[in-house]
Amino acid sequence: MKNIAIIDYGAGNIKSIQFALQRLGYEAVLTQNANEIQNAACVIFPGVGEASSAMTKLRSSGLDTVIPKLLQPVLGICLGMQLMCTASEEGNTKGLGIFDVEVTKFPISVKVPQIGWNTIENLKGPLFTNISEKEYMYTVHSYYAQLCAATVAQTEYHLPYSAALQKDNFFGVQFHPEKSSSAGERLLHNFIKLALKP
Amino acid sequence: MLTKRIIPCLDIKNGRTVKGVNFINLRDAGDPVDLAKFYSENGADELVFLDISATEEKRRTLSELVLRVAETINIPFTVGGGINSVADVERLLRNGADKVAINSAAIRNPQLINDLVAKFGTQCIVVAIDAKQIDGQWMVHLVGGKVPTELNLFNWAVEVAERGAGEILFTSMDHDGTKNGFADAALAHLSTLVNIPIIASGGAGSIPHFVSTFTNGKADAALAASVFHFKEIEISTLKEELKKQGIPVRS
Repeated sequence: MKNIAIIDYGAGNIKSIQFALQRLGYEAVLTQNANEIQNAACVIFPGVGEASSAMTKLRSSGLDTVIPKLLQPVLGICLGMQLMCTASEEGNTKGLGIFDVEVTKFPISVKVPQIGWNTIENLKGPLFTNISEKEYMYTVHSYYAQLCAATVAQTEYHLPYSAALQKDNFFGVQFHPEKSSSAGERLLHNFIKLALKP
Repeated sequence: MLTKRIIPCLDIKNGRTVKGVNFINLRDAGDPVDLAKFYSENGADELVFLDISATEEKRRTLSELVLRVAETINIPFTVGGGINSVADVERLLRNGADKVAINSAAIRNPQLINDLVAKFGTQCIVVAIDAKQIDGQWMVHLVGGKVPTELNLFNWAVEVAERGAGEILFTSMDHDGTKNGFADAALAHLSTLVNIPIIASGGAGSIPHFVSTFTNGKADAALAASVFHFKEIEISTLKEELKKQGIPVRS
């Protein structure tokens, strides 16, 4: 059976995702090997930390050109999702340009970072099978992707923003499904089922 | 809508859960991993593990514990206690902690906050502050609240926020263990000074105390230990009551 690959480019807490998949009964490999990523059944692109330094790491490993060409289901989580956008205001960096939207900082009229459980709504597409409108997901971030044509879920924090994005085989979620209790587990399961048909 | 968080705190000594009353007289309240799993399945929004082991050697067992917790639970958790360096933080985050809380080390070397934020991001760096009132002034204390410093709570909170901390965990030692309610006036004042989330800690004894700290105290999250460990308050009951009072919580 083909692997689930979690891209390990030195950005934050990736063991949580591996453990979450383990609890669902899936083994995943942590890798930054382009070949291994290209040959995986599906790819999870995590990331916490700062956008411009994460992009620098992706460029130095050549993954910045590998990821946008992947053909299997790809799920960006948190900073991973933000890096799949056109550009980020954080460290004024270009992104991978998969989602045609920019990432900007929350205004100072709200507490930044947003930390905690918030609801997702206007859910669209296969990622949200068996997930109800207004279920809670755990989120922690200072920057957000605006609403756009690729938005498949939205959340309100001072303003509505993209909680999830989708374009073809590429998916991105701003929240952390691996930390979002049973709702997050259902989402991860939905994603994996896109690649590994039961 | 972003909800207010309920955070059980597990004090850890030599790999076991304990709870200090006013930071002294420790009592055993169970196995950390079992307790963590119980809370994650019963409505806790997040967990905090605070290691109060006396020696560096005993503290090493903490990173193994973190790994077991990360394997087991599906909600976020923060680890604090005796964290002194970038390497300490790296080891805990690598083992699956979502956030770390630093306290005394940040007071001794404030630059550590900047260094940690630069390396790991603002979202995973919590600065814990223990303070109590001396002659009407809120003064920051070191070493689990035993040693007073020259630092004023409010000045220090502003400084840690400026240095990039993602969250402040404020424990009032005047309230801790008393079960008479949180330090709501000080908490509310903190919220006017810094623009990062604030976790209220110390003094939880009843459901109205939580209501008050989220309204009067303007806290973003409330942390408690013994009321949860000894089942004096069930989180589900607490959340139902908060909801009735119009406070947004995850149900």
